[in-house]
Amino acid sequence: MTRFPRSVREGLTDAWLVGPATLALLTFIFLPVVIVAVLSFTDYQFGARSFGWIGLENYEKLFGSTLGRRALSNTLLYVAIVIPASVGLGLVVAAGLHRLADWAPALSNVLRAVYFLPVAATLVAMSVAWQMMLHPTLGVVNQTLVALGGQPQNWLSDRGIVLYTLAAIGIWQTVGYNMVLFLAGLAAIPADLYDAAEVDGAGGNWSRFWTVTWPMLGPTTLFVLVITATNAFRVFETVATLTKGGPAFASDTLVYALYREGFVYFKAGYASAITMVFFAVLLALTLIQFRIVERRVHYR
Amino acid sequence: MRLGTLLGRCLSLGLLVLGALAVLLPFLWMISLAFKPQDEIFSATVQLLPSRIEWANFVKALTETDVPRYLFNGAVVVLGILVFQILFAVPCAYALAQRRFKGRTVIFALTLAALLVPFHVTAIPIFLGFAQAGILNTYWALILPFVPTAFGIFLFRQFLAQVPSELFDAARVDGLSETEIVWRIAFPLALPAATAFAIFSITAHWNDLFWPLIATTDPNLATPPRGILYFRDEESGDDVGPLMAAAALITAPLVIAFLLAQRKFTQGLATGGLKG
Amino acid sequence: MNSETVLELREVTRRFGTQTVLDAIDVAVREGSFTALLGASGCGKSTTLRIMAGLDRPTKGKVLLNGTDVADRTAHERNVAMVFQSYALYPHLTVFQNIALPLTMRHLGAFGRLPFAGRLAPGTTDARDLIRRKVAVTAESLGLSDLLHRKPNSLSGGQKQRVALGRALVRDPVMFLLDEPLSNLDARLRVKMRGELISLHKRTGRAFVYVTHDQAEAMAMADQIIVMIAGKVAQAGTPRDLYDRPASRDVAAFVGTNAINLIAPEDGPSFFEGNTGDAVIGIRPEHLSPANDGALGARLETAEFLGSETILGLRTDQGKEIVAIAPGDYSVPAPGSEIRLGVAADRLHFFDPASGKRLEREHVR
Repeated sequence: MTRFPRSVREGLTDAWLVGPATLALLTFIFLPVVIVAVLSFTDYQFGARSFGWIGLENYEKLFGSTLGRRALSNTLLYVAIVIPASVGLGLVVAAGLHRLADWAPALSNVLRAVYFLPVAATLVAMSVAWQMMLHPTLGVVNQTLVALGGQPQNWLSDRGIVLYTLAAIGIWQTVGYNMVLFLAGLAAIPADLYDAAEVDGAGGNWSRFWTVTWPMLGPTTLFVLVITATNAFRVFETVATLTKGGPAFASDTLVYALYREGFVYFKAGYASAITMVFFAVLLALTLIQFRIVERRVHYR
Repeated sequence: MRLGTLLGRCLSLGLLVLGALAVLLPFLWMISLAFKPQDEIFSATVQLLPSRIEWANFVKALTETDVPRYLFNGAVVVLGILVFQILFAVPCAYALAQRRFKGRTVIFALTLAALLVPFHVTAIPIFLGFAQAGILNTYWALILPFVPTAFGIFLFRQFLAQVPSELFDAARVDGLSETEIVWRIAFPLALPAATAFAIFSITAHWNDLFWPLIATTDPNLATPPRGILYFRDEESGDDVGPLMAAAALITAPLVIAFLLAQRKFTQGLATGGLKG
Repeated sequence: MNSETVLELREVTRRFGTQTVLDAIDVAVREGSFTALLGASGCGKSTTLRIMAGLDRPTKGKVLLNGTDVADRTAHERNVAMVFQSYALYPHLTVFQNIALPLTMRHLGAFGRLPFAGRLAPGTTDARDLIRRKVAVTAESLGLSDLLHRKPNSLSGGQKQRVALGRALVRDPVMFLLDEPLSNLDARLRVKMRGELISLHKRTGRAFVYVTHDQAEAMAMADQIIVMIAGKVAQAGTPRDLYDRPASRDVAAFVGTNAINLIAPEDGPSFFEGNTGDAVIGIRPEHLSPANDGALGARLETAEFLGSETILGLRTDQGKEIVAIAPGDYSVPAPGSEIRLGVAADRLHFFDPASGKRLEREHVR
């Protein structure tokens, strides 16, 4: 048996350990990013033999056409609704459960599990359940509305309402996640800070919150905001399950448009441009998030 | 106790319970419909509790539809992804954490950069490549794109970097090869990280709709979320009971696992959030 | 004396980037010896040990094991045993499995080592029996028999230390390499384990190489001490050599329970009445004691009575602090008193003030 010198053997070992993962990262992440960037400047269609360079035309189409703008503005509106509601409710629930844990820890744990349930549940299956709840005639929502003397609504087929309905489901799904992050933040606040506030005369619930809790939660809140934003920008499952972007593109969003243009209409070039815009937004958000994580580590 | 405190507690408890009920409502409604007889589903009055428990919906979902197939596909895909992810990520993470070699910083930087790329961004080229390779509509198409996990490499590396290097030196003296060190020493030590990662990975891919929708058109390969959409689109409104039973069956594995291991689940999914 | 060399480092240099950790060192370890690598932290002693083990490779130079170049052999192939400062026990394995691991790697093939399927591999039953017997014998000799099913986390520091030793002993290696194995133990246990290590060394008859920063440990246990300073071998010799004839000022300062008094020429004349030339003089405190006709004079500042002896802290007119040791029955004068101190001429050490190297008496003017 020929033996390689030890330095060569060590090198081979390193390649054996690191090589497969690195190669996989390159083939399935970095190469595709390059390809999608290139494709976004072409008119390529899936299955076509050739393509032409069309410069920024795809981007012009996305930002210039009603349809493209609709997807963008819908996504922004969706994000604008989900972020404050989901983060705010998450904070309120976390604060409530944190205090509840002082005198009823078991109950607090049960409620925490309930709020977190939608995070673990399969969103598509739950969307199907939501669809039944929102059914115009048979759904519990409209039935309750009618029983209370209100007007039944077409939650998923009224152009003016549909996006808000999807946002509500989005909030329902993410509150529990934000709650958990806030609970971790709350648990990290040293108890003696509250004692100090009490001594300084800030003993009431509200003043406690504003003098101690809120400032101490600052970094957590920033972090939660960015995570909620990244997740909201990716909204796809509910759209694909409940509205397919309709009616009349009233609930079309970036990722759904990407899917529809690329994989239903096979317009790979245009879909690539949508992808790049989506990527740019998420990249910006993730970089902000990295900076926050870094800062958090610094202050600990 | 002061009356004010008592009132405040009652009020906040009341609101918290009310909120929890609202969060729970879709689950309750789903289960309620799944257990309701056909005629009660289509009644026009609000009625949460079925008059009697109707198992027929579950029986139908499990015997007359492809739901068992979807569940099976989900298990194959999710476990396939997890096994390959760990097989690729752990050796790489070990080398990055405990070995010195040329290109180590480059590869770690590459991993961090890959963390910035959401899966959606890579979908079009991967679809193109798979179409070229002729592996669309296979299990491989559903598994392969998720094998390289920058997040997994990062997580395991951070964990293994904290293990004293003497432990690995001891293993070398004891005669373990580097590959054996990875699987006999490093991986067992990183089990807490592996659990968190597994929970994150399994949840993400069991629930994913985006890629299965793109990569497969064969109903026999449908994962649970894809499958329930097939079911819904076929039944066209008159099989609500079985549809809800199917939704409950698909949601059940993760929800039950979560209820059994709440702490680990919350931790795993919260860790996953760092990935963005 | 058996002077056969088991391991030799020849002009071994190790660089990390631009930093030279080992600078062309030569080390020889005799078969059956107890060699201590003594030095302050960062002097390169641990790197030396890792190079001996095969865990690290020299940038330049040769490693010879029983006369053959082993540069290309891994730690396992060299069949050396190593005991680590942190014990390095595998936390997920039981004591039995920890001790058995090196044997498992040697006696079972790749297939036989697999977790479950390995049981089916042909011929492994005998190997497993052999391993079980060897582990049992080793555990018995270290008093670990009752702990075999425990995990390392549930053991005390001393017990962990024994398991680490067991893992080294069980495989009958050509030599033992120990990296500060006692530094994580409390003082009392440390002294006890010293004794156990010495008897272990006798029992195995193998060479021990023992890395430590504690000179007392090295003096007490080793028959050869290699003092390392800043990546170089400052002196190699028996404990007595080091104590009686330190090769340099730095070695003299490192060896000995009481720090040696080093008196530079400028501290000299009025304090030391004699012809010392321009050498630095070293006098160990235990060799400097009150004597009415002593050649040295200094003012008493402190006195620590220890029973068998009294440690005197003194200051010369030039402001130099020196330490002397008086017998226990010495009646200490009031602080501030002028005391005469005497020293036997053959207890004086002379060092070159520039290089710090030892000067032989005849070379001192």
